[in-house]
Amino acid sequence: MEDIINLKERAKEVRRLVINMITEANSGHPGGSLSMTDIITTLYFSIMNHSAANPAWEERDRFVLSKGHACPAYYAVLSLCGYFPASELLKLRKLGSILQGHPDSKVTPGVDFSTGSLGQGLSAACGMALAGKIDKKDYRVYAIIGDGESQEGQIWEAAMSAAHFKLDNLCVFLDCNKLQIDGKVEDIMNIEPVIDKWKAFGWNTIQIDGHSIEEIIEAAGIAHKTKGKPTMIVADTIKGKCVSFMEGKVCFHGTAPNREQEQQALRELE
Amino acid sequence: MAEMVATRDVYGKALIKLGKIYPDMVVLDADTASSTRTQWFSQEFPERFFNLGISEANMIGYAAGLSTCGKIPVVSAFACFGSGRVYDQVKLSVCWPKLNVKIIVTHAGVSVGEDGASHQAIDDINLMRGLPNMTVIVPADGIETEKAVRYAIETQGPFYIRLGRLNLPLVFDDTYEFVLGKMHALREGTDATIIACGLMVNESVKAAQTLSEQGINVRILNASSIKPIDKQAIILAAKETGAIVTAEEHSIIGGLGSAVAEVLAEHLPTPMERVGVKDTFGQSGTPKELLRIFGLDAVSIVEAVIKVLGRKTQKGR
Repeated sequence: MEDIINLKERAKEVRRLVINMITEANSGHPGGSLSMTDIITTLYFSIMNHSAANPAWEERDRFVLSKGHACPAYYAVLSLCGYFPASELLKLRKLGSILQGHPDSKVTPGVDFSTGSLGQGLSAACGMALAGKIDKKDYRVYAIIGDGESQEGQIWEAAMSAAHFKLDNLCVFLDCNKLQIDGKVEDIMNIEPVIDKWKAFGWNTIQIDGHSIEEIIEAAGIAHKTKGKPTMIVADTIKGKCVSFMEGKVCFHGTAPNREQEQQALRELE
Repeated sequence: MAEMVATRDVYGKALIKLGKIYPDMVVLDADTASSTRTQWFSQEFPERFFNLGISEANMIGYAAGLSTCGKIPVVSAFACFGSGRVYDQVKLSVCWPKLNVKIIVTHAGVSVGEDGASHQAIDDINLMRGLPNMTVIVPADGIETEKAVRYAIETQGPFYIRLGRLNLPLVFDDTYEFVLGKMHALREGTDATIIACGLMVNESVKAAQTLSEQGINVRILNASSIKPIDKQAIILAAKETGAIVTAEEHSIIGGLGSAVAEVLAEHLPTPMERVGVKDTFGQSGTPKELLRIFGLDAVSIVEAVIKVLGRKTQKGR
């Protein structure tokens, strides 16, 4: 496990890579990648048991990025963990790349589940957690879902079932960055009070600052100790976090920075 | 008269047999377990059965997740809810990552009967065969159902097996061997070939008898393996008999008829007729009434053969 200062440096490095990758690809989703960077970095470098040398290790903790469009941050973290060389990162979204526009478990080492059509990944994470229960294994299953994604009905089918099956080996982060393609989540289709919804569905709920590594670690620890119910960590985040001209800007949901913007972003992330 | 067996009953019993052999097999249903017969598995292996309630999309995701952890999930539902209702989930959570999920549906086609159009899957073959990595099987009777289910469980990758609700006469005996991608000839003939699947296979046998009395000898091919389709058998039938009739309890758009037409069009254009539901929704009625009004019986097959023979003769001139 890395200490907090190192994790913060790691997260900064991930953000720089995200900017590099998306600029080079000239397409991708910077906003939602940057909003969940602290969560996914902390998961892979501090919370999860996993092995880059053996991605199919049966006892490993599983991870599903249900909001699959934020995969640049996922890929950057996997690469830093050693799942594949950093040279692959700049091939994001290019023909024949192992780094597809949305996560593809068949071609990317370390990706446990293919996602991209919103709402589907959480059900798969539930299935992985159920398999762990059937086999009485100790591994845990982590997932990140989006707030816009929470408008999908399948999220709530999964929510109901995970509580029904008492999947306490499942811990989900809701990356609440408050923006979606067409505008503010609250204007497009309000999901609030979202934490109350998860509570009503029978989950253990925790509210955190999604950019506080300390709070992410603490919440995951509480989730680990919680028995009989799955945990939903509602993470308050900022879309485009740490790049001033991207923060809170809808236009950077799915638009790549140009070279000039890339340089400015990298200066801010030094 | 041949013994009558419901394919879903055979399926229910087969799951128990296979469950004893394969400890990693788990069965999922969405509140239709008593009808799909997965309830029998649940009574035998309660710790390996999961009822997801009425949430089919979620069920497909669970199956996908379970399969990534080494389980062999069998997912059951009525055909309408195990295909169109969950198309995107099957496409992206199962077929794209090529996961080891077996979707085995019952109550396909109009022979569901009284429940009407909302419950009559006549588009599911079309949807499922269009998905890369998917294997699609429509067994003709109880014997073939048991063999196809076993084959699916023992073979890696996504499968869609389509069963019905009704009791069907056995067209095969225990010596029958199911071979994926191969059509089995139930009858040899030289005038035309009927290529059928599901309950239409037995109707084809009846039609062949009627035609034989009129001096017309037809070949019958059982096309249980819709995908992969047996191109070789189709081309050979076209060469040797010169006329093709397809018969399926499904829309004529996108199902077996289309699969056969695709092969013929590319390899050996041949007069053909498609017996199936003519681009319309189903409705309530008894299965027998519905099969008649939608033209899904031996009478309609006979008519189609006579029609296609007329075109074959014209072509000959």
